[in-house]
Amino acid sequence: MKEKSSVFSRFGDKKNRGRLMSFALVIIAYIAVEVLLKTGSLGSMFSSLLVPITCYVVAAIGLNLNVGISGELNLGQAGFMSVGAFCGICVSGILAGSITAGIPRLIIAIICGAVLAAVFGFLIGIPVLKLQGDYLAIVTLAFGQIIKSIFMNAYIGIDTEGLHFSFVESNFKLQPGGKMLLNGPMGATGTQKIANFTIGTVLVIVALLVVYNLMFSRSGRAIMAARDNRIAAESVGIPISRTKMLAFVTSAALAGAAGALYGLNYSTLVPNKFDFNTSILILVYVVLGGLGNMTGTIISTVVLILLPELLRSLQDYRMLIYAVVLILIMLVTNNEWLMTKWKSLFSGKAKGGA
Amino acid sequence: MQFLSYLINGLGLGSVYAIIALGYTMVYGIAKMLNFAHGDIIMIGAYIAFFALTKFALPFPLAVLAAIAVCTMLGVLIERLAYKPLRQAPSLAVLITAIGVSYFLQNGAQILWSSSSKVFPSVISTGSISLGSASVSYLTLLTIATCIVVMICLTLFINRTKTGSAMRACSEDKGASMLMGINVNMIISITFAIGSGLAAIASVLLASTYPSVYPTMGSMPGIKAFTAAVFGGIGSIPGAFIGGLLLGIIEIFAKAYISTQLSDAIVFGVLIVILLIKPTGLLGKKINVKV
Repeated sequence: MKEKSSVFSRFGDKKNRGRLMSFALVIIAYIAVEVLLKTGSLGSMFSSLLVPITCYVVAAIGLNLNVGISGELNLGQAGFMSVGAFCGICVSGILAGSITAGIPRLIIAIICGAVLAAVFGFLIGIPVLKLQGDYLAIVTLAFGQIIKSIFMNAYIGIDTEGLHFSFVESNFKLQPGGKMLLNGPMGATGTQKIANFTIGTVLVIVALLVVYNLMFSRSGRAIMAARDNRIAAESVGIPISRTKMLAFVTSAALAGAAGALYGLNYSTLVPNKFDFNTSILILVYVVLGGLGNMTGTIISTVVLILLPELLRSLQDYRMLIYAVVLILIMLVTNNEWLMTKWKSLFSGKAKGGA
Repeated sequence: MQFLSYLINGLGLGSVYAIIALGYTMVYGIAKMLNFAHGDIIMIGAYIAFFALTKFALPFPLAVLAAIAVCTMLGVLIERLAYKPLRQAPSLAVLITAIGVSYFLQNGAQILWSSSSKVFPSVISTGSISLGSASVSYLTLLTIATCIVVMICLTLFINRTKTGSAMRACSEDKGASMLMGINVNMIISITFAIGSGLAAIASVLLASTYPSVYPTMGSMPGIKAFTAAVFGGIGSIPGAFIGGLLLGIIEIFAKAYISTQLSDAIVFGVLIVILLIKPTGLLGKKINVKV
């Protein structure tokens, strides 16, 4: 039996193969993109999309942990991204004087964004995880809306006297020479762009490591047991709220880290960017990629972000085609007749080969 | 007295939410799906009414009827093409399809009618009557009256007609209703037709109150009405009515007394608190799962 746990036989293990495939995919994609960047054959539009793609991939991996593994529909992932983004921007702005190098400041900002989003996730998780099904979904939706309207009205700035914060614009005054970090509906302006694709890729790999380690651990199996049958899981002594909270908070932290990276990739960022539609968009990536399937999530996120850009020549019709593609994919992948045909096609081939 | 006029305005806004929420809640009750494209049906209804009033110069009641007819057909068509093939599919797949339909309608409207907003003509007289010291516009009164009439008709329809009892049977147990000879697909189509027709009525009221018509006008009222439906207990018709009215009143009061910008945060905050106290909404049924 000892052989079974040896490194080589683990490669043959199906779940490990899936795991290795997603890491390989990310690394190959990274090398391919870097080569293309070096040779200059990547258009400016695509290179400007690189960091946002990594951000959405991380947020989608987080959401897949929540929706696919934990089985709870979350319609507020953009809210956690928003928390991470504005936290990251503020941290980066505050540290701009003391840490001039971009990379360490970016990493600190990402960690702070993730931690704050995790704290929010915990606070929201307390009411959310008491509910079930669609009621849970609506509370996460409500949370996303609340976060958006709070950031729309938050004024944060820093000057020689320290940090200032207000919800009312007229109460908000900075000393001369002070720096505005967050300006209500205008959001963050004049942010130093310190995000880069390498850090984004590292973040994707970290997200994969976190999620896979969680999935294949004792807690991960508890999370999936709680998803598959709540009552049975409870009866064997799994603390349902604690396991669900673990998935929820991890998912929020990943979204926060993604948000911080996203926020530091643009010089201006408005709170409206992270609205309900963004949450839905991330959910679409997750569902199309396959629930619980991280490799699928990565592929579908990349394809669905690039699709509108590839369709740009069709101008106004591109979002219409995007919508039609979305509906058709859902209809085809859920059509029993087509799916059985598809499967018989493959099993037939396998038989023929043998 | 300011309070009274805020209350009546809140009831007016709440009536619009209630009419939209009825569509959400009926579809949820019978098809067990969250129809995220419902808000965009409102948008289509508003455009139809707008063109009927301006291009074809139809009288107001005919314009409303045109909007209802188009929305009803659209609702049934969407159900047949996009949702019917997914009857057995997991609910998330249906949800994503509904989102796809929503994108389709928004972008279709943008291509057909451009993204710039159009000014809805004011057809309902702009006068107002005074109740004590508060003045209430005819439009608000008409909105509240419409909502009450819709609610009464719908309750009678659900409780007194054969189709209505078939609908109630379907929402209880689809398999058993099928065995009793109820055409479940037909009932689901009828539900979508009624929901979309109600959305058309709401669209005219909404466009008269906030007179601009644009491709994404339906999404915010859609989300609010969805919230209202959950607030009252999704699947429950009186729940949607009460939820809608309460949501409208809370929103207007939050705008008037606390902060205009933070009103959305307050509305959704109240929702979270209500769901904490009553986890299935105000009038929602508690489902006990048997092992």
